[in-house]
Amino acid sequence: MTTAIAVRDGNIALGGRPVVRGVDLSVRRGEVVALLGSNGSGKTTLVRGLMGLVPWSSGDVQLLGTPQRRFNEWHRLGYVPQEGSANSGIPATVLEVVSSGRLSRRRLLLPLPRRDRDAVRAALRAVELEDQQHDAVSQLSGGQQQRVLIARALAGEPDLLVLDEPNAGVDRHNQVGLAATLRPMVESGATVLLVLHEMGPLAELIDRVVVLRHGRVTYDGIPPTDDSLDEFHSHHHSRHQRDRTPLGGGPL
Amino acid sequence: MSILQYDFMVRALLAALFTGLAAPAVGTYLVQRRLALMGDGIGHIAVTGVGLGLLTGQSPVLTAVIVTVLGATLIEVVRERGRTSGDVALALLFYGGIAGGVLVIGLAGGSAQTLQSYLFGSITTVSVTDVWTVIALAAGVVFLALGLAPQLFAVCQDEDYAKVAGLPVRFYNLLTSVLAAVTVTVAMRTVGLLLVSALMVVPVATAQQLTKGFKATILAAMGLGALASLGGVVTSFYVDVAPGATIVLLALAGFAAAWPVGSLLRHRRHAGAPFEVDPGLPHLSVPEDHRHTHGVDCGHVAVRHGDHVDYVHDGHRHAHHGDHYDEH
Ligand SMILES: Nc1ncnc2c1ncn2[C@@H]1O[C@H](COP(=O)(O)OP(=O)(O)OP(=O)(O)O)[C@@H](O)[C@H]1O
Ligand SMILES: [Mg+2]
Repeated sequence: MTTAIAVRDGNIALGGRPVVRGVDLSVRRGEVVALLGSNGSGKTTLVRGLMGLVPWSSGDVQLLGTPQRRFNEWHRLGYVPQEGSANSGIPATVLEVVSSGRLSRRRLLLPLPRRDRDAVRAALRAVELEDQQHDAVSQLSGGQQQRVLIARALAGEPDLLVLDEPNAGVDRHNQVGLAATLRPMVESGATVLLVLHEMGPLAELIDRVVVLRHGRVTYDGIPPTDDSLDEFHSHHHSRHQRDRTPLGGGPL
Repeated sequence: MSILQYDFMVRALLAALFTGLAAPAVGTYLVQRRLALMGDGIGHIAVTGVGLGLLTGQSPVLTAVIVTVLGATLIEVVRERGRTSGDVALALLFYGGIAGGVLVIGLAGGSAQTLQSYLFGSITTVSVTDVWTVIALAAGVVFLALGLAPQLFAVCQDEDYAKVAGLPVRFYNLLTSVLAAVTVTVAMRTVGLLLVSALMVVPVATAQQLTKGFKATILAAMGLGALASLGGVVTSFYVDVAPGATIVLLALAGFAAAWPVGSLLRHRRHAGAPFEVDPGLPHLSVPEDHRHTHGVDCGHVAVRHGDHVDYVHDGHRHAHHGDHYDEH
């Protein structure tokens, strides 16, 4: 199979309200797709549907060639949630949270094998949090906590990586770092679906852009050139500007 | 030690040690899931279990385990269904548990004395079989609470993520409740049903003052729980006080003592945490003449900053650079 994600006529309703409507989405293995759309357009809901966190009211959904209902290769999935803060109020070090990224590969009742610890260390290095690995996540800044969640997903060495606004609150330097981390993964065949508001340093990795509007796909194709971007995003631009760094660059 | 000459004291100490280890181990997960008072609720339900045991002539510990496990499962189901109505449903279950228990114990011909020994514990009267039951159950609880720590931790920390990782989240939530139920029954002879929740919660609260990570918290809480339990039993041997209450008061004293230590530790840790490295920083040397030489024992707080050390100096960060200091 060459499709990593295949959705046909997918619908999701939240609290009786249709939020994702008639979505067709197909992502090939090794492709990097950006999911764009204004606030409330249903990006997070679509992604949560793909991760099996909200039920589909109808539609045909396949992950890595398996119908979602029967999917069980969890170790091949990586997920960075949007609302997720690494700090859920329970005491935890950076290392502990990132190590939970290996859980789906982990055997019960056994200590974490060498191979897994190496993967965790590599993930920490990728987000430049090695020095803080023994710190409490509650004492990190918002952007650092976001990087902890990215590292947790990277630690699982997934074949399909889904990131919901991974760069929210992350500075330019670390956005470049994320792009540099994803590049070799993509080159070795990983598939990446990114929810983004601005492509920033990730732009050069992105093969295709899908735009959601009121829960429907309104554009699916090659990344727009800088000039045509405004058409996609003019309506939410002002609302999002305040939490972007001025260095954020990308005009999205 | 003279205290060990008495068999009943040896039994009491063993029961206290194992209860003290098991209760905070499970308590850590309850506290993290904001179910700190769940132990109290299960304690209420256990009264019915004890009553049934007395009525049928079975071991009260055995019937209490069965009834509380059923109760805990019911609680978990209610919890999963709804929010507000769940709250009331829990309360109904708890009141039903204690009222039913008092009724059944009365029917069984049990006196107020019998009831009291379960409500407040009677650690010095535990029999040899009781001790073995306590040890076996507590060891099982500790084994699962520590052995499944990565999974249980992930479920508490980020339930959605645990689902995406393919963990059976419902199973682990249920397991936590069942472990709590077993622990309550284990501790009912030591500290009593009314105070068991304290032994599950207080050492965890104390440990959290001092630790950064999850593993450190659960281990420290177990250590503190064991200390308080042993201390309570020993104290009650020399001074004529109720062991259950003494255990809980010692645990609370530990919390009070840890508070100032905790805030001091947090402050020190915060001050000493490495500064983030930013390669784009412009070079800025300290303008005024710098007569002081910073070093290991100059008295200024030294903080790691990438490949060198910054000295915190009246709100500035000074770093060696050739023959002068840089402002970082
Ligand atoms: N639990 C819920 N119950 C009912 N409606 C919801 C729920 N969560 C979200 N919605 C609605 O679903 C719609 C889509 O939300 P979603 O979070 O998917 O948007 P998004 O595209 O991710 O937005 P953002 O850019 O702000 O992250 C919104 O209109 C929102 O109000
Ligand atoms: Mg969203």
